[in-house]
Amino acid sequence: MENNNIIKGKVYILGDNIDTDQIIPAEYLNLVPTIPEEYDKLGSYAMAGLPLDAEQFIAEGEAKTEYQIMIAGANFGCGSSREHAPIALSAAGVKAIIAESYARIFFRNSVSTGEVYPLESTESLNKVLKTGDEIEIDMDKEELTNLADNKTYSLKPIGDVAPVIAAGGIFAYARKQGMIK
Amino acid sequence: MTGTLTENILAKASGKSKVIPGENIWVNVDILLTHDVCGPGTIGVFKKEFGTDAKVWNKEKVVIIPDHYIFTKDGKAHRNIETLTEFAKKQGLPYYYQPGTDNYKGVCHVALPAEGHVRPGEIIFGTDSHTCTHGALGAFSTGIGNTDAGFVMGTGKLLIKVPETIRFIFDGKKPNYITGKDMILRAIGDIGVAGATYCAMEFSGEAISALSIEERMTICNMAIEAGGKNGIIAADEKTLEYVKTRTSKPFEVIEGNPDAPAKATYNYICEELEPCVAMPHLPDKYATATSQREVKLTRAYIGSCTGGKIEDFIMAASILNGRKVSINTFIVPATTDVSAALLTETIDGKPLVQIFAEAGCEDIPLPSCAACLGGPRDTFGRANQREIVISTTNRNFVGRMGSKEAEIYLASPLTAAASAITGNITDPREFM
Ligand code: SF4
Repeated sequence: MENNNIIKGKVYILGDNIDTDQIIPAEYLNLVPTIPEEYDKLGSYAMAGLPLDAEQFIAEGEAKTEYQIMIAGANFGCGSSREHAPIALSAAGVKAIIAESYARIFFRNSVSTGEVYPLESTESLNKVLKTGDEIEIDMDKEELTNLADNKTYSLKPIGDVAPVIAAGGIFAYARKQGMIK
Repeated sequence: MTGTLTENILAKASGKSKVIPGENIWVNVDILLTHDVCGPGTIGVFKKEFGTDAKVWNKEKVVIIPDHYIFTKDGKAHRNIETLTEFAKKQGLPYYYQPGTDNYKGVCHVALPAEGHVRPGEIIFGTDSHTCTHGALGAFSTGIGNTDAGFVMGTGKLLIKVPETIRFIFDGKKPNYITGKDMILRAIGDIGVAGATYCAMEFSGEAISALSIEERMTICNMAIEAGGKNGIIAADEKTLEYVKTRTSKPFEVIEGNPDAPAKATYNYICEELEPCVAMPHLPDKYATATSQREVKLTRAYIGSCTGGKIEDFIMAASILNGRKVSINTFIVPATTDVSAALLTETIDGKPLVQIFAEAGCEDIPLPSCAACLGGPRDTFGRANQREIVISTTNRNFVGRMGSKEAEIYLASPLTAAASAITGNITDPREFM
């Protein structure tokens, strides 16, 4: 049986201050995430705003990325409040992001939608790992392992949003609390 | 009450006598703002979760102002506006500012307060990160995503974390060459693009009190560029005058305790500030305008919620009056009110439109966000190739105004206008 608290995949490495214009450029904001075809389309444009010299995130002719995990530095997801950003990543096949820190709205949108796990590292993993490395994240143990050398690195505890993440987003959480039907 | 201004507003909105930073609370919402880029998604979430026939929690409190992609041939952008129009009609929303009708306004963050939807002491959420603008009127105001907005639409409530407050105190008498934009770019430069993550940025001091409401909006607008949850300025006589001429709805001014503990305090003396820019590609890349004199520009852009208000154009026109621009210069009014005022406001008896036309600026388009965020390729003023732009907007990320090869320098309307004349980044004092 698949363990939901284990995420395994290849990583894509990013630097500090990755803003939402890089995650999903404004020219694609005409797509509405709640329309299924447009959700998929958003995924195909994920990270289309990366600088021209960046490594390809989605291979030519593909709709999804081969990288299920993004490893970033500080202040990931800064800028615009567009929820298209966590959604584009999720639609492209990203399961989790591990950053040193997040911009508030991106983090919040990831939690509220339940689209991707916004995890925090305790060190600059983007200097330790490289794009293409395979890792395994164990959410219960709050750690990740580099499968090439079996080295483990700890993650920060998810903190006070844990109940919202566990419930699967803001609506599920509010229903659980009896706030809404 | 014992807390900071932000804490006291949140306490009242959550029915508590006191809240503590870090605490998660449910607050009652006074205004939900959305636009054409995030509105359709918000409506999608709302319908999915509450049912296709569900009613919004309060018709008077949902304000929809399409502004991002309203003048493009893009079919999906048109479809999105139709979605909003249909929804507003079905729900009977009184505050839908539909493009192409007499209700059309333009950029949401300039229209929202101007139309009387912002009142001191209230809680405002918007599906746009620059919703923090409205703290300029002593409200708690912040940006949220579609899912949270869909939740608010159905319930009028939201779960939020109480932010810690960082104080920015601007004392002294502000010289005429220093603008709200120079003040906020300096603060962001000092604390960095993540310097206020999760925090309330509270601005106060003699120089803040002396600022107009529009200049206060410029400052609060950019709180998000330092990662701030909200920007806020306590309401005073000027605020009350601004608000009372625009709405008859009652409100309660809430005060902060100046002795309430804050995370940090930054003090500035306005006479010591310099006209400045934020260099590519982050808003915290502070530099004085003088130090960037060598930078050769290809265009100037004066517009957006940060820098497209009437006072911004008055400042720009004061520099451009009787002079000629040497690079392509785009003038984009934020709202229809601003467009109208460009005809009625004068300097030396000349309307601003005439000053801009004589200076050689591009023809002035209808109000919208235009190239502030790039947008579809046919967007007015969009950088479709490598351009070096001086802009009164609020973000200079890679690709923000279109092409990834474009470089954007953020500046005040004075600095942008002075630079448009010389074609290099120029301190406005050269023309004052
Ligand atoms: S003018 Fe620019 S910053 Fe303001 S709402 Fe429009 S796109 Fe956003």
